[in-house]
Amino acid sequence: MSDRILPITMPKWGLAMEEGMVVAWLAEEGSPIAAGDEIVEIETTKITNVYEAPAAGTLRRRVAGEGETVPVGALLGLLAEPSVPDEELVAFIERFGADFAVKAAAAEAAPVEPETVTVGGLRLNYLRMGPEGGIPLVLIHGFGGGLDNWLFNQPALAESHDVLALDLPGHGRSSKEVGGGDMAMLIGVFAGVLDAVGIERAYLVGHSMGGALALLFAIKNPGRVTGLTLIAPAGLGSEVNMDFIDGFIAAGKRKEMRRVLELLVGDPALIGRDMINDVLKYKRLDGVDRALRRLAEGLFPDGRQKTFELGDLARIPVPISVIWGRNDRILPVAHADSLPDGVEVHRLEGVGHMPHMEASAEVNRLIEAALGVA
Amino acid sequence: MAKKSYRQAINEAIAQEMRRDPKVIVMGEDNAGGMGAPGEDDAWGGALSVTKGLMPEFGRQRVLDTPISESAFIGAAAGAAVTGLRPVVELMFVDFMGVCFDQIFNQAGKFRYMFGGKAVTPLVVRTMYGAGFRAASQHSQCLYPIFTHTPGLKVVLPSSPYEAKGLMIQAIRDDDPVIFFEHKAMYDDEEEVPDESYAIPFGEANLTREGDDVTIVALGRMVGLANEVADTLDRDGISCTVVDPRTTSPLDEDTILECAEETGRVVVVDEANPRCGMATDISALIGQNVFGALKAPVKMVTPPHTPVPFAPELEDAYIPSVAQIEAAVREVAGYAR
Repeated sequence: MSDRILPITMPKWGLAMEEGMVVAWLAEEGSPIAAGDEIVEIETTKITNVYEAPAAGTLRRRVAGEGETVPVGALLGLLAEPSVPDEELVAFIERFGADFAVKAAAAEAAPVEPETVTVGGLRLNYLRMGPEGGIPLVLIHGFGGGLDNWLFNQPALAESHDVLALDLPGHGRSSKEVGGGDMAMLIGVFAGVLDAVGIERAYLVGHSMGGALALLFAIKNPGRVTGLTLIAPAGLGSEVNMDFIDGFIAAGKRKEMRRVLELLVGDPALIGRDMINDVLKYKRLDGVDRALRRLAEGLFPDGRQKTFELGDLARIPVPISVIWGRNDRILPVAHADSLPDGVEVHRLEGVGHMPHMEASAEVNRLIEAALGVA
Repeated sequence: MAKKSYRQAINEAIAQEMRRDPKVIVMGEDNAGGMGAPGEDDAWGGALSVTKGLMPEFGRQRVLDTPISESAFIGAAAGAAVTGLRPVVELMFVDFMGVCFDQIFNQAGKFRYMFGGKAVTPLVVRTMYGAGFRAASQHSQCLYPIFTHTPGLKVVLPSSPYEAKGLMIQAIRDDDPVIFFEHKAMYDDEEEVPDESYAIPFGEANLTREGDDVTIVALGRMVGLANEVADTLDRDGISCTVVDPRTTSPLDEDTILECAEETGRVVVVDEANPRCGMATDISALIGQNVFGALKAPVKMVTPPHTPVPFAPELEDAYIPSVAQIEAAVREVAGYAR
């Protein structure tokens, strides 16, 4: 529409998001903005997050008011240089409104839907988005999680990469059979998924249990991995907060589940009603309770994590980047201290066990930077 | 995830349980459809087609048409349950239940108690309730308070397709007699429902909205109306918690009382008549237990104490409306001593 005006629109965080509310503007009209500056806080029924400026400019207009709820893709504000005249901004807003209905209809027609593959008799659910070609990124969630955990990351990374996120066995909409519930089983199925979707080599991003999985997969299959970003990975120390693991398995009611989920994040206010509902809905599915118990027994026997030989890490021939929240209450950030030289570690202030949700823009930048090295 | 209707969700729940457990059987008027009449197999699938497709998949041994003789087939289902089957029996309209109260209240509901806990009765009675269908006063009632009143029965009021599937699966797996109320005006409501099986436990209320100002306790079809009101008022600065008890027996008293205590202002919305109903029961519960926390009298939104009228204008006026609920919430929110 105009190269001189950059619209800021309501982002789409996750498949289910249809609208969001502007909680607060974090920048005044007329103030200069650098790319990455926090400009607006947005709340959905699932989670609250800060939206960061995609580019530099001056925040010329705040179109959506505080407290206003607008659909995904609707205009929130305008970035432009001070030299752009006001009339041009007004005309832009009018045109945007007219085009928006048309675009919304088009987006409705072709949403990206999850797909399934069958590996060893198990049905595995995955979501793939972004341009084809290049080295794909594969996102691997943690214990009790699912591909939804990447709602702030996958769409952003998919702007320039082929990004696949999967539901591991026992999780999300994948089969709830987890065999012996050990890492060997998870790695076997993970490798099977990559084979089934035709991914020979990939850059792996793994969180928590998924971080341990990514690391072990890389140790076993060094030729199939171009690099690793590990977010609060399991397996680097023996401590794990079993109040979370046991609590997550036991919690059946909303109140209990809220208490457990709040352990995951630095700021409990992030956890919205729909996030609790989604987790409860997942936990009610037949087979989930057994799967989680078996995984917990397999991965955290006697309330301790099974740990890696750190020497093995040094032998992985690809760059490894580690991201950890300093306020992680599930796996202590101190586990990162023992990592060998050459592993880049980013410790994020005020962030808990879910950096990719709590500080998504920062994590996305770190992943992009690490990809550049890989 | 696929969107499914309330009708499909219930059908899928029954079908999945029938695949899982050969003891699950289905019976009721026209549930198979045209029993014995060539060319009429699976014609109806119950009066509003909820069981359609079950007979072709599971056969006549497991999907039975019954005569129009409620006392006989409800009694037969109770007997089948106590001898080891898990019948899901349809009694078309709850309004007709009077002819088989003895089978339900004195037989199915009492077996566990009168046989020293040695007999279990895994019976599900599906039935339609509710007004709005232009079906007059003998086909429009909300008689769940009568069943809630009787110990030994469990009473379920699913408020959406997701809820209907999970609560039906729980009802079939439950070892006690369950009266499962399906609102006839909700069968075509749609929402995302997982393909997998899942059970929603009884006696655990759901919060469909969370707010600080007013608690709305709503039952069955009224939950959707309460959500609509909560969303409207949220934009006006009144934030509401909406409590869906899901089951009236057992009733999740803890959640209702906690929410009432947190907001101190409560509206109870019930499509059943007000005398000896759930709205009065829940209001009394709140008055007895969290009186000190109340900032306003508990307000009830119910129909009047009359039969459901047949005249369309009167029927529409009879059913609690979004406007009535909104007015009640505004009144309670603005109340000052």
